[in-house]
Order: sequence, then structure tokens, then C-alpha cells
Amino acid sequence: MSSVLALPKPVQRRLADPVNRVLRRVPAWPLYILGALPPAWLYWAALNDRLGVDPVREMEHQLGLWGLWLIIATLVVTPLRQITGISLLKYRRALGLLTFFYILCHLAVWAYYDVQTWSRVWADIVKRPYITIGMAGLLLMLPLALTSNTASIRKLGKSWRKLHKLVYAVAILGALHFVILVKGFQIEPLLYMAAILILLALRLPWATRR
Amino acid sequence: MGLGSIAGPALAAPEGLRPNDFEDITNYNNYYEFGTGKEDPARYAHNLTVAPWSVEINGMVDRPGTYGLEDILKGKTIEERIYRLRCVEAWSMVIPWNGFELRALLDQVGVQSGAKYVAFETALRPDEMRGVSRRVLDWPYREGLRLDEAMHPLTILATGVYGRDLPNQNGAPLRLVVPWKYGFKSIKSIVRITLQEEQPYTSWKDANHREYGFYSNVNPEVSHPRWSQASERVIGGGLRSRRDTDMFNGYGEEVASLYSGMDLSQNY
Repeated sequence: MSSVLALPKPVQRRLADPVNRVLRRVPAWPLYILGALPPAWLYWAALNDRLGVDPVREMEHQLGLWGLWLIIATLVVTPLRQITGISLLKYRRALGLLTFFYILCHLAVWAYYDVQTWSRVWADIVKRPYITIGMAGLLLMLPLALTSNTASIRKLGKSWRKLHKLVYAVAILGALHFVILVKGFQIEPLLYMAAILILLALRLPWATRR
Repeated sequence: MGLGSIAGPALAAPEGLRPNDFEDITNYNNYYEFGTGKEDPARYAHNLTVAPWSVEINGMVDRPGTYGLEDILKGKTIEERIYRLRCVEAWSMVIPWNGFELRALLDQVGVQSGAKYVAFETALRPDEMRGVSRRVLDWPYREGLRLDEAMHPLTILATGVYGRDLPNQNGAPLRLVVPWKYGFKSIKSIVRITLQEEQPYTSWKDANHREYGFYSNVNPEVSHPRWSQASERVIGGGLRSRRDTDMFNGYGEEVASLYSGMDLSQNY
């Protein structure tokens, strides 16, 4: 499948081949280590009073934003390959798992440092739509994270691909969570939502051809 | 602007509040005219020209007109008032304001009978306020109080914090402080005060009346539709600092009588 926006094949080859050649030599595993650094730094900075006046909010916000960036990166892989021929496919699992990791940290900081009591955490999840939506997004990521391994891909076959389309719903829920939590009319969360919707639209039948 | 006499304990209730650091107070602000980030006001509010400053006082008053800040401060006793500020976003900090009672100014201009509300307006200066190019709210920022709330001795106009001139990000040179209400009621950088009979336009309520009421008294029992107001994060208290929110932010003894007979879950 390729995109209606796809560059002509010769252009793709001239652009993508050298990049892909380099990428072939760059393994995916360092991403897991690099990806673990920002949350670790955030936590260290919070404990050492280096996150400004409201460290809890800063941790929450940063982890949430990183989660959105990572899921956007995950969604970029396919259209990027279809349009330019550059393939980041082998990094996609790491990007997806890191998204899950960041959002899990985001939840943990919110529950343990912000809300603090389990009864209130539960009450918020049930009663506050933006939290319900965020939580739903995280729960939908759970089966994806659990099956992000080669054994599951083999075992599940075609249904693995179907299952992993859940990431589209996760991305929309994540952006929606941000859109409805801000006060007043703010642009930033709408930009994240727009980016995600565009990346999903590129996957619709009208945008792709076989 | 020096520090005048210190308020007696009756007006500093609840007592024993430990003020936040000057750093906390001046680096964590909601002043959307300079951007929606908490650090934006500290970063950009220096662009606001605060001297000279004048306030137009009009509507149902005996002596309407444009008052220079010097005229407003003349004869006022600047006191220190240590108040807890409870933000509608469920965080709080304690601020040692310097200021004078709003009623002293209202008495100066002579409130006419029939006036029931006081409307306030913040400066709107697109050249100096980078945030107003985005329509986060319908600028200029406007707030209002019922006349009895405005005349209450806890209600002050602040001109300073920690005995220093009010930093721009905190609403220089003149801002309202109403300690039993959510912070957004305490309008900053005031350029207009209008006495009127009708309930005034207020920015947050009129942007979203389901989420923000005209009264906006701190009330742990009435949630904001999107989050609980039962407790609050204590700014400057380190990680995991949280306290239960007090009715009227702890000023119930002084102000509850203003609302006797009112259903506060309706009049939120």
C-alpha cells in the first residue's frame, strides 16, 4: 500500500535509500534506555527541588506531553514509509512501549503524588470525564503492551494487526484528555488533536492506494 | 509604597498561616493576558507599564472620574494581610499581601443607594500583553462582587506583597484580593471599577457558566464539573503535600452570614 501523497519512486529511492542504509545499522534497543532517562530525570529533579514551584504538576504535565509525542511518533511510522520510503518500522515497538511506560508513570504520579488517596483516585476515575477518558486510553494500551513481542505476533497472526488498531483509539482518547482538561479556549491541546487526526486520516482508504 | 500597620488577628483569620516564599508567589501565576503557562506571567509581565496608572471609577457613584493611583492611595492605611489563596484549579498558597480595604475606596467615591454590584476590569494592552492575541477568554478580563462582598473588611485592594511593590505578574499596581473566593475572582491590574444595579459580566462565568459561578466561593462540597474541590495541593509544601479544603477557604466565621439563606450548591 502507498499513499496518494507518496513521492515518485525515484525521489523516494534517492531520499530514503541512504537513510535506510544508515538506519539498518542503528539498533532499536538503545531507545529503551534513552526513553527511560527523562522520567528518571524528572523524578530526580522533583525530589531535589529542581522542578519549580509545583513539581507534582510539572511531572504530570511533562509525562503526559511526552506520552502524546511518543504516540504521535508511533503513528508517524507508517505514513512516513508510505510517503517517503523511509522505514522506522523496527523502532515502532519501542516507541509504543515507551508511550505505555510514560503514561503509566503519568498515572502513578497523579495517583500517588497528586490525589494521594485511593478512594479519591477511584472517585475521580469514575466521576471526572477527562480522567475517565485518560484511564480508558491507558487500559486500551494494556493488551497492546502485553502483545508487543515477537511470540505474540506469531501466535495471534492476523488478529494481532486487528488488535493493534486499538492504538488509533488510544491516541484520540489521549488527545481528548488534554483538550478537555484545560481552562478556557487554548490552542496547544487542539494542535496535538489535529496532528493525531491528520495521521489517522492518512490511513483512510481515500489516502492510500494499493 | 511602604508597609503600614499590621492587621489585627481578627482579620488575618485563619491564624498561623505560614506564607509561601516570594519565589513561589511570583513564579506560579495565572494571568492569562501573558500566557496560559504558570511561568508565563513571571516571564512576560515585565512588559506591562504600571506607572503612571489610573483607574476609572464610574456608574452609581457620587464622585465618578479617572483617579490616579496616588489619589487612590491617599489617606489609605496600607496593612499586611496574610491570606490563603485557593485557586479553582485545586491548589493553594499563602500570601502576605499589602493593601487597603476596598470599602475605603468605595467610601471615598461615594456609593449611591441603588448600587448592588461592583464590576472590575483589567487593563487590555495587546502591545504589552502577548497572551491576549489568543482568545482564551473574551478580553478584557472582568470580574465582579456583590456590594456587601465588596464592602466586607476582608476584601482588599493589594498594592504589594512581602512589603515590596506588587510584582507585575501578581497584578500590579492594584489588584483585588477576596480570600474566601477562588483566586480568579481576585482580578489583577484594575483599570475600571463600576458600581451598578445589575450583576456584572464576569469572564469565567460568562465563558462557561456550568463550571464557574458568579459567587465562586471556595466550597469543598461543590465540585468543579471536571475536578473535585474537596482538597487542594499545597504549593511549596514539597511532594505529596495536600490539605482538605476549608469552607469559604477558612474564612467562614467572617463571611458565612453574607450567604445565609442561599443554596450554595445553586449559587456556586
